[in-house]
Amino acid sequence: MEPERREPSVLVVFAHPALERSRANAVLADAAKGAAGVRFHDLYEIYPDFVIDVEAEQEKLLAHQVIALQFPFYWYSTPALMKEWLDLVWLHGFAYGKGGDRLKGKQLFVACTTGGPAQAYHQRGYNRFTMEEFLRPLEQTAALCGMIWENPYVVHGARLKDDAHIRGEADRYRARLEGLAAAARETV
Amino acid sequence: MHGDFLGQALVYLAAGVVTVAAAKKLGLGSVLGYLIAGALIGPFALNLTGDPEDVMAFAEFGVVILLFLIGLEVRPALLWSMRKTIFGLGGAQVMATALAIAGASMIFGLPWQTALAAGLVLAMSSTAIVLQTLDEKGLRQGPVGRAAFGVLLLQDLAIIPLFALLPLLATGPVQLTSDSHSASLIADLPAWMQALAVLAAVGAVVGGGRFVVRPVFRFIAQSRLREIFTATSLLIVVGVAMLMQIVGLSPALGAFLAGVVLAESEFRRELETDIEPFRGLLLGLFFITVGATIDFGLILREPLLLIGLVLGLMALKFVVLFALARVGGASNRLAATVAVALAQGGEFAFVLLTFTVGAGVISQPLADLLTAVVAVSMAMTPLTVIVYEKILTFLDRKNPTESIADPTFEEEDAEPDIIIAGFGRFGQVTGRLLMANGFKSTVLDADIEMIDLLRRFGRRVHYGDATRLDLLRQAGAERARMLIVAIDDQEKAAELVERAREAFPHLTILARAFDRRHAYDMLANGADAVERETFEGALSMGVTALKSLGFRAHRAQRAADYFRRHDLRTFEELRPMWGQTEAYMLASRDASQTMDRLLAADLEKMKPGAADGWDPSGRDEDQREAAEQEGPARPA
Repeated sequence: MEPERREPSVLVVFAHPALERSRANAVLADAAKGAAGVRFHDLYEIYPDFVIDVEAEQEKLLAHQVIALQFPFYWYSTPALMKEWLDLVWLHGFAYGKGGDRLKGKQLFVACTTGGPAQAYHQRGYNRFTMEEFLRPLEQTAALCGMIWENPYVVHGARLKDDAHIRGEADRYRARLEGLAAAARETV
Repeated sequence: MHGDFLGQALVYLAAGVVTVAAAKKLGLGSVLGYLIAGALIGPFALNLTGDPEDVMAFAEFGVVILLFLIGLEVRPALLWSMRKTIFGLGGAQVMATALAIAGASMIFGLPWQTALAAGLVLAMSSTAIVLQTLDEKGLRQGPVGRAAFGVLLLQDLAIIPLFALLPLLATGPVQLTSDSHSASLIADLPAWMQALAVLAAVGAVVGGGRFVVRPVFRFIAQSRLREIFTATSLLIVVGVAMLMQIVGLSPALGAFLAGVVLAESEFRRELETDIEPFRGLLLGLFFITVGATIDFGLILREPLLLIGLVLGLMALKFVVLFALARVGGASNRLAATVAVALAQGGEFAFVLLTFTVGAGVISQPLADLLTAVVAVSMAMTPLTVIVYEKILTFLDRKNPTESIADPTFEEEDAEPDIIIAGFGRFGQVTGRLLMANGFKSTVLDADIEMIDLLRRFGRRVHYGDATRLDLLRQAGAERARMLIVAIDDQEKAAELVERAREAFPHLTILARAFDRRHAYDMLANGADAVERETFEGALSMGVTALKSLGFRAHRAQRAADYFRRHDLRTFEELRPMWGQTEAYMLASRDASQTMDRLLAADLEKMKPGAADGWDPSGRDEDQREAAEQEGPARPA
């Protein structure tokens, strides 16, 4: 069977302001870069000055079936540049609102790492809420844009885990991305 | 018939060019090539030379220059850190080798005095051959080079007491020859005055290097006369050599000292580059004369004796130095490499032998024999090194562990990450940012006042015209990752980019451009990225202006950010047209026409106050409708 040469169907939009100091996210990013059918898009590398090229970004979104957001979980939200990117690229009339149906039917997939351990994200944990609850704003973003919300991929306690464990996570993450890519290729 | 200068020059140059090129091609190294050339044109083969001794006296100056250049690479701190190698390994080598050879000679029936004299003379190794060979093998900077150099340096130092001690071993009649080494003008003075003179001479070299030479160079650098700079460099070396000869010290040693004194001056690189060609030529000449002095008559008469003596000498010197280096804690590999490199007799032996004959220590026939042995052992060195390397490669294939070229290279200056050409208004800012982030950089600048200022702040800056490839190479361009071209002169900058791109294809070249046109030129010449020197400053002033006119800071900043992106795109769009047609060249020379295009593009692409995701005007309508329906409304 010869491998098919097609445009990638998954766009991994990645935001990490200090990747050189990252443990888990760097490994996960490498896994994403190596995954079949995936295009990796590193926001802090392309827009170090926060001057986002709205048109180019919208074109990228349109060209992929699955939009994956990969980031470290900062103050219960995305890093600043990813928020900026959402604010400026996912525009009224494009992503939502009157005439804003361009992302409709696409899938939104969140992959994030947290510093705290899994048990902290619990009603009785020190973070008091579950990840599901913390990710509601993004889930609703998908809903407003008519997108399908994929089950998020969360790695907890990124700084506490050993290398072997993180490598295992990376393999699972990559498999998840490739699964999404393969499925998307069939639906399109 | 041998007298005419041009004829002699022709013979030497032709022999050198042909045989060295051939030797290199055969993988034999240049030293062996020169030696073969000398043997061919010498009195025992083609007999095209006059008395090689005459030429040799001149060619020995090559060794002086070699030591000066080595001195330039050895900062006083480095020399101090080598003191153990010099006095420990070096001292032990001279004494142990001398005694071993003396013992062997006594077995052959020489009286002890003669035997000891022969031992001392033969304990010397050849600085020129050793260093040139190590250099060619890329070993001179590593631990091998350091150990070998330490020993050689001590041998140079040992010459001084040797001239005093050897006459004490006299057994035969003393023939007072006028050309004996003590051409020293102070030889007839009492000992304390001689000592004083020696000290004064050394002091003059150190003090002169510190306080006289630098201002002189600075003055000459300001005059911007290249050849005068070169002449001054040579003048220093000749002057020091002369001074040392007067007080009876080794000129090579004096030159080394002068080099060390100047090693920390800002002119180091320029000096190196200017003197380098002389070193190469004179050393070549020196090797040729060594080749020419090999007495093939003697070798043919007593081939077995000579071969036996040469092999015996080299084996003995090898064993002694190997053992000493091992005792000193060197690995087998390191000790063996150093010992192989230093296993020959040296050029000092020629001088010392003449001297000992004059002093009645060694008889003329024995001196002739030893001279031949030394010359042949010198010629053998490049060959033994090749054989040694072959053995090592063979061993490595069986057991790949140690490497002969040790990677612990410590000359941090020769291994910069970045070379910055031009450290003026522009290069400084870039350079400071890079240095502040821990990148090692070597700076080249041609403005002497700038260098002065920077050196006062402890920056490593060298004087030199960066458009010269040899200087770039000296600065470490072969190993650096990046070249930043920030010199003022537009044409020179473009030229530098072009040359550096060709000579060092691996370098990332970033270039400062004067304007748009210059920037295109630089890119066409091979720069990886350019920066128009006034662009960022002008933009920044635009931001200040917008803020003063009432924009909020963030809005002003964004306006400039968008403008920058738009301008860079226009820059890229217009680039393919650059230089394509005569017409465009003409048009572009007309700045206003370019400006026309730019302004038109600005108007088209940069709509002032356009809405964005922060204040989506279209959304308001939706909100109003939603409010009327009283449904849940506003997205976050």
